[in-house]
Amino acid sequence: MQTTLTVNGTRHQLDLDPRVTLLDALREHIGLTGAKKGCDHGQCGACTVIADGRRINACLTLAVMHADAEIVTVEGLAEGKTLSAMQQAFLDHDGMQCGYCTPGQLCSATAMLEEARAGRASHVTEDLEGTTRLTRDEITERMSGNLCRCACYSGIVAAIEKVAAE
Amino acid sequence: MTLDYQIDGPENEELTKPSQGGPLGADMERRDGRDKVTGSACYAAEYRPKGLLHGVLKRAPGTGAVRLSNAEDVGTIPGVRLVLQDERMIRNAAQGTAGEAPVQGVSKAEYVGQPVALVVAENFETAWHAANRLQISCEGASLPVLPENGEVDDDMQEEAITGEPATAFSDAEVFVDETYTTPALTSAPMEPHAAVAEWHGDRLTLHGSLQMLRYNRLELADSLGIEPEKVRLRAPFVGGGFGSKLGISADCVAAALAARELGQPVRVVQHRRQVFEVNTRRSETRQRIRLAAGRDGRLTGLGHEARVSNLPGEEFSEPVLQGSYFAYAAPNRLLRSDLVRLNRPAAGSVRAPGEAVGVTVFEVAMDELAGKCGIDPVKLRLRNLPEAEPGSDRPFSSHRLADCLTKGRDSFGWDDRPAEPRQRREGEWWIGTGMAAAVRVNMVMPAEARVRLTPEGRAVVETDMTDIGTGTYSILGQIAAEGLGLAVDDVDVCLGDTDLPAGSGSGGSFGAASTGTAVWLACEEIRREIAGRMGCDAQELTLSDGHAACGNDRRSLPEVLAGEPLSGRGKLEPGEALEKVRQATWGAVFSEVAVNDVTGEVRVRRLQGTFAVGRVLNQRTARSQAQGGMTWGLGLALTEGMAHDRRDGHIVNRDLAEYHVPVNADVPHLDVHLLEDLDPWAGPLAAKGIGELGICGSGSAILNAIHHACGVRIRDLPATPDRILSGLT
Ligand code: FES
Ligand code: FES
Repeated sequence: MQTTLTVNGTRHQLDLDPRVTLLDALREHIGLTGAKKGCDHGQCGACTVIADGRRINACLTLAVMHADAEIVTVEGLAEGKTLSAMQQAFLDHDGMQCGYCTPGQLCSATAMLEEARAGRASHVTEDLEGTTRLTRDEITERMSGNLCRCACYSGIVAAIEKVAAE
Repeated sequence: MTLDYQIDGPENEELTKPSQGGPLGADMERRDGRDKVTGSACYAAEYRPKGLLHGVLKRAPGTGAVRLSNAEDVGTIPGVRLVLQDERMIRNAAQGTAGEAPVQGVSKAEYVGQPVALVVAENFETAWHAANRLQISCEGASLPVLPENGEVDDDMQEEAITGEPATAFSDAEVFVDETYTTPALTSAPMEPHAAVAEWHGDRLTLHGSLQMLRYNRLELADSLGIEPEKVRLRAPFVGGGFGSKLGISADCVAAALAARELGQPVRVVQHRRQVFEVNTRRSETRQRIRLAAGRDGRLTGLGHEARVSNLPGEEFSEPVLQGSYFAYAAPNRLLRSDLVRLNRPAAGSVRAPGEAVGVTVFEVAMDELAGKCGIDPVKLRLRNLPEAEPGSDRPFSSHRLADCLTKGRDSFGWDDRPAEPRQRREGEWWIGTGMAAAVRVNMVMPAEARVRLTPEGRAVVETDMTDIGTGTYSILGQIAAEGLGLAVDDVDVCLGDTDLPAGSGSGGSFGAASTGTAVWLACEEIRREIAGRMGCDAQELTLSDGHAACGNDRRSLPEVLAGEPLSGRGKLEPGEALEKVRQATWGAVFSEVAVNDVTGEVRVRRLQGTFAVGRVLNQRTARSQAQGGMTWGLGLALTEGMAHDRRDGHIVNRDLAEYHVPVNADVPHLDVHLLEDLDPWAGPLAAKGIGELGICGSGSAILNAIHHACGVRIRDLPATPDRILSGLT
């Protein structure tokens, strides 16, 4: 069926099988392979992209459901050649090894900062009324939907702490 | 020209040594990092040759003779191009360094989950749908799937007896005799195994997710029945392997066969559940440890007996005893391992095969001994360090365990702990600390590399070596920069292509040292040529800042090269060092945990590793490797384990929702200390392996801390809340 997707500011006109997930639309039909497929079942977070400002698992949703959304993928985080603060911090703290979970971690971390800023609580938030402080516990809790088998969690957390403090 | 070298001893006088303070060892940004954070790194499944078709593997739902009842109907679904059942398809992934086809065949399933067919269609959705429609049944007698029912394979038995262990056990002043179990474990790399196969005439190019291309090429060619020269493999980016991508996997062979038959490129990506089933797992183990000691804790005898399993036809046996041969002195020793044949998914190498589970369990037993003797666990270990390898009397190439233990103890603040368990309580939580030694054999593998110097004075490193997250792009660039006196930015590194000289491949922690040394040798070859042109000895030549200098003669590289490129090739072979010395890497891990008295939950509060791993080639990537290993130790201790169905052996929890790899919130900040350890027996770079050592002690440090916190001794891993609760009184 005919649908449109707006990804990293570019509008794409697509003719898709209605079964195509958002993840496969990005990877197979638009050619943006930054978002990764680690499980295709919402279990790993490798496919995390940002849809209208919220992080979602692109493997768990159909492309045709996002015709009106603004999608941001890892390819859309940098401004031209200038990396986003989060991308740079991941490099500085070696928040990656094989790199396969990295695009998902980056999208997740980027959107997570906004969530915290907007005052959304997590399982470990103690004060639901006040402003959310991104403690180490808050960060690790909020990032636990993004698995990293290389286990770069120390570097990932350090990178996020750095950006959160800026 | 090739510089051949084998490591026969500690003397490498004819070879240049790395300098201090140069690019080698520096804390440098991962050079492929930019590609990874921008999403431009291209992994196997992401190649899209024109006309690409999509294949989905189909598993056997049982064991025995395989029957496809509706293949013809499925073949008529619009968009479906092929239902392939070919006897050349492989039963399971090849073992590491096999260099030949693994067991092949699809008409008989020997374990539940064996790939037995491939459905190919024009798009993924159709292939997936059609594969789901394909009906497969299996018929046959039931096969052994429980370790207690399996037959012991006498050919796979390993036994080493020194002295009189039986007497030592019966005469011991203090005696520990306990049996431990570890469950089957899986690598679970985040990138599922994938292959894109494309033929040009009778030549195959396959983009794969593979760790050891020089062997993989032979395995794939043998499986297909073609000459290895007709196969080109590419794997410039690999999304983790941890052993599961050492050998070719089912997707590679199936994709190649289908692409050939259809005359169009075919991609096969394993579904996550297939990643658990059709590659290789770490065998479950049952381990009996006996420790005989005097009241002073000095070991008089030790016994380590293991039982592991594998599928019939597989040559691999989890080398559980590997660390026990040399970790501790004891005059009387009994080491024995048995393998039973089971029709469970095949077992093979998973990160630190052997020590990951063998050392982990042994170090828990040592903690039990320390408790029985009333001796501090660090002191107990220091008291039992051997002078030379027990049994063989081979000297150690470098022995740094005592250093790791004492330095780790001091930086952790170990001495503050109460000797007895169950002494510290914070609300619902019991708090305790634990430690363990970590040892891992060090290996070297044959490796070749080429370094080309362009007329402008830039270098290009070329080898089929892979970077599976290990930092290969970074360290090989640093080695060449060091060897040729260039800035790291003036070195390009090309990896993961069998058209390039054959590196060691990634596995067994040997990649960096083996292929890195080959790169160093290639640079040495270039140095010799330049020295010749300058009219001096290679030893007198200085290469720095893109210039060559001999005495007062200093010229820029472009001047020396005079418009012509120059290339050198290095070839490393493991030499007599392997037999002459026991070479290993060393570490000590300390941990603090909190155990919830109400729920049995364990939170790891601190985990500190002190490691001696030869020369550190890049502080930053080395630290990440160590942290990765430590996290695996945490998973092994607390969360990971595959459950096999008791009736048919299939893996019940075969996805990432049910098999629990550690997540961010499980892991505290990991404190890593790397001790400089220039092992003279490790070749001119003096580098050793690092990727696996972290897993070899971290699990036991956590398990021992659990015991110290709450008094519960977990002998059946992992230490899940139910197991802890049932011990809490
Ligand atoms: S691929 Fe979407 S969560 Fe794993
Ligand atoms: S970097 Fe490899 S899985 Fe995270």
